[in-house]
Amino acid sequence: MKTTTVTRREFIRLTGLGSAALALGYYLPAAGRPAHILKVEAAENLGIELNAFIFIESSGKITIMNHRSEMGQGAFQVVPQMIAEELEVSLDEINIIFAPGSQTKYGSQVTGGSSTVRGAWRHLMRMGATAREMLIEAAARKWKVNADECYAENATVIHRATGRKATYGELATDAAKLEPPKNVKLKNRSEYKIVGKPLPRQDTPLKVNGTAVFGLDKKLPGMLYAAVERNPRFLGKVKSYDDSAARTVPGVKHVFKVQMDVFSHKREGVAVVADTLWAALEGKKALRIEWDDNGFEHYGTDQLFSLMHNSLGQPGLTQKAAGNFDAYFSKASRKLEAVYETPYQAHACLEPLNCIAHFKGNSCEIWGPIQAPDWIQSDIAMKFGLKPENVTVNMTFLGGGFGRKAFTDYTYEAVAISKEINAPVQVVWTREDDLTQGPFRPGAVYECKAGLTQQGRISAFQVKMAAQNLNHQWPGADTESYNDSTTEGLPEPYLNTIPHYRFADIPLASPIPVMWWRSVYSSTNAFAFESFIDELARAAGKDPLEFRKQHLPDERHRLLIDRLMEVSNWKQRGQNSGYGAAVTECFQSIVGEVVKVSRKADGKIKIDKVWAVMDCGWYVNPDIIRAQVEGSIVMALGAALKHATLFNEGKAVQRNYDTYKMPRINEIPDIEVHIMENDERPGGVGEPGLPPLAPALTNALYDLTGKRIRKLPFNLEEF
Amino acid sequence: MAVFQLNVNNRSYAVDVDPDTPLLWVLRDELNLTGTKYGCGVAQCGACTVHLNGNPVRSCTLPVAAAKGNITTIEGLSENGDHPVQKAWIELDVAQCGYCQAGQIMTAAALLARKPQPTDADIDTAMAGNICRCGTYKRIRKAIHLAATKGGAR
Ligand code: FES
Ligand code: FES
Repeated sequence: MKTTTVTRREFIRLTGLGSAALALGYYLPAAGRPAHILKVEAAENLGIELNAFIFIESSGKITIMNHRSEMGQGAFQVVPQMIAEELEVSLDEINIIFAPGSQTKYGSQVTGGSSTVRGAWRHLMRMGATAREMLIEAAARKWKVNADECYAENATVIHRATGRKATYGELATDAAKLEPPKNVKLKNRSEYKIVGKPLPRQDTPLKVNGTAVFGLDKKLPGMLYAAVERNPRFLGKVKSYDDSAARTVPGVKHVFKVQMDVFSHKREGVAVVADTLWAALEGKKALRIEWDDNGFEHYGTDQLFSLMHNSLGQPGLTQKAAGNFDAYFSKASRKLEAVYETPYQAHACLEPLNCIAHFKGNSCEIWGPIQAPDWIQSDIAMKFGLKPENVTVNMTFLGGGFGRKAFTDYTYEAVAISKEINAPVQVVWTREDDLTQGPFRPGAVYECKAGLTQQGRISAFQVKMAAQNLNHQWPGADTESYNDSTTEGLPEPYLNTIPHYRFADIPLASPIPVMWWRSVYSSTNAFAFESFIDELARAAGKDPLEFRKQHLPDERHRLLIDRLMEVSNWKQRGQNSGYGAAVTECFQSIVGEVVKVSRKADGKIKIDKVWAVMDCGWYVNPDIIRAQVEGSIVMALGAALKHATLFNEGKAVQRNYDTYKMPRINEIPDIEVHIMENDERPGGVGEPGLPPLAPALTNALYDLTGKRIRKLPFNLEEF
Repeated sequence: MAVFQLNVNNRSYAVDVDPDTPLLWVLRDELNLTGTKYGCGVAQCGACTVHLNGNPVRSCTLPVAAAKGNITTIEGLSENGDHPVQKAWIELDVAQCGYCQAGQIMTAAALLARKPQPTDADIDTAMAGNICRCGTYKRIRKAIHLAATKGGAR
């Protein structure tokens, strides 16, 4: 398999539209309607923009275009794996190219919400099957036999009775003359050769020999480098600056004020453009800037959290409610209340933000580690007065994304700088820029209240979340609206078994920009929900997993909890260890985790092991699922134990990995991941493993020590 | 600016740069060897690890003027990406985003050269300076043990 990245125009040239070859894509006529699969040529004639994905040349070359960003989650692998399955080709026989950003052409390309598989699997597999059927039909006509006497295997069509063979390359020209069949039969799961198998990732060789091109590695002829000193207080302005020292740095060519679009604000900074990145960085250090920071609050962390805590007396904006919480809470035979707190966090992708832009007057080209190429295309077009089709967004590999690289601010700034200097430029964020400039995962405070019946069932349940609402940041947003993610992370069946509940949020207004962070609200909500469920189980005198099973009676949750008990040997758990569990739901996948902790001879507590059971329904590659859950657990350990972004006088305090600490190899417990087998519709893979870890860990520590952690992050050394 | 002779991956280069320039930026931007990555710039993450006379060093804090001797980057670790460490990495599909992996591999290769059969404690000590934000640590450990069986010390 070979891999390349091309622009849209190059793609059309590469795929040789109109030449003798079979080219198929799909388009979605309307939301919720089945996809239409069309020949690329036919679509061009009809003026329909396709998701162009499969291309078979008469030379036998097969190309699949991947429309998803690759940031580590394996989209690079699973998209071709799905197409190749139905197409009956092996992964060694295909080339993969990244699709450039185009809103209409490829459908939404924002890689977020763990949506690669759950969003498009049917379309991808039907397209593969359609191409296969056309090739079979072409062979049958050539041999004057019935199509159902033939089958496809390894990019070849075979006539069952005679053993006659023709390769896809030989058939491509004839197949291209046929109309794509309306109905194609998809394979049964038992017939899969590629889907569901732990096939090795095709991008690994590139990533171990240094040839994978990340955003920061991309270079263009004549490209300059820029570093920007941005106002550390998010809403401040540049009052004045002295660039005399910066301009003496050899290689520095331009210094100017630049703005970056962040939600409804313009972040101000001073850009230094130079021949080399080092010169730009040195120039940036030499700048003397006076900021204008009037007219907005300069909050510190303590103030922010006091505001959230103090707001909990308000009723809040209800997202979901049933029955009468207040009445049944006051009537309950046993009542429990607890407040939980989770911090602001930076994404801290190991590849800091960067973007190349080349603004050429009427058009613009962008390269970078980008999760949302189509959004960036329309955003840049709108904000710089360009036609969307004249904005080309090229994706590179992403050195981590986690939601941060799904935002548009860094690309906007790069285009603004390129426009100013009229040359291609790469804007590089230092680690310090990356950690201090946001947007951050919002900090949150949760007030939980619940009542238990005499039998130890939850009769009334209420959660109020005080936190910034991501949606309130957009220009013109209704800042009175409730947060529709207040229940995110909660397993759905609780809402059927708890008769009286209410979920509400109290939005905090703050100058700090906030953004999606791996598993979004689930990453913090789940800590409150699953800690509190554990507290309730203990109060009810029940085994924590049995208690969950009682309240999650549907089959999927029951089977998952049974499996979790089995793999962690839950029923035989030893006296000298602490065990904690949590079960959460995120992006249509259910994950349960059990953490085991114990006290070692030196008096310190060690996390011995984490068991995870993932139910993501129908799946493509079990090894990628295991890797994603392992990685999610490590990221969650960091978020629970190692780092937080604090603010002091309106500025982020943690600037680099010396203070924004990361989990290291010597701090990682053994991790065991299990996957449930069922035919439920596919759920997310890249994120759902993260939310249960923190509560499972603190529940385990409670089990061992009797001490309840209600605030993250916390220091394991202090136990 | 000053001219420096560098020996990188058994080739010699002359570069005309500011003597304070960290080796990292010379490798990446002057020699176009972009396999070595920038992650922190302050010797905290290990993404920029290269070998200087066989020892793992953080190229982000090593001024080019001090980079005397034989430098090996990920591009020069093996002829065809088939160093036992690289092979083990492929076999266990260690990489996720992959950004940290050049640094991880260079650190691991240096460890194995020194200790052909490292214990878990050796791995902890040698690898604790390398951050993987994607959390591939479990596989890194396994892959180092696997590479040891493949003659990783070569
Ligand atoms: S970039 Fe050198 S250690 Fe992080
Ligand atoms: S694989 Fe992404 S940082 Fe290590």
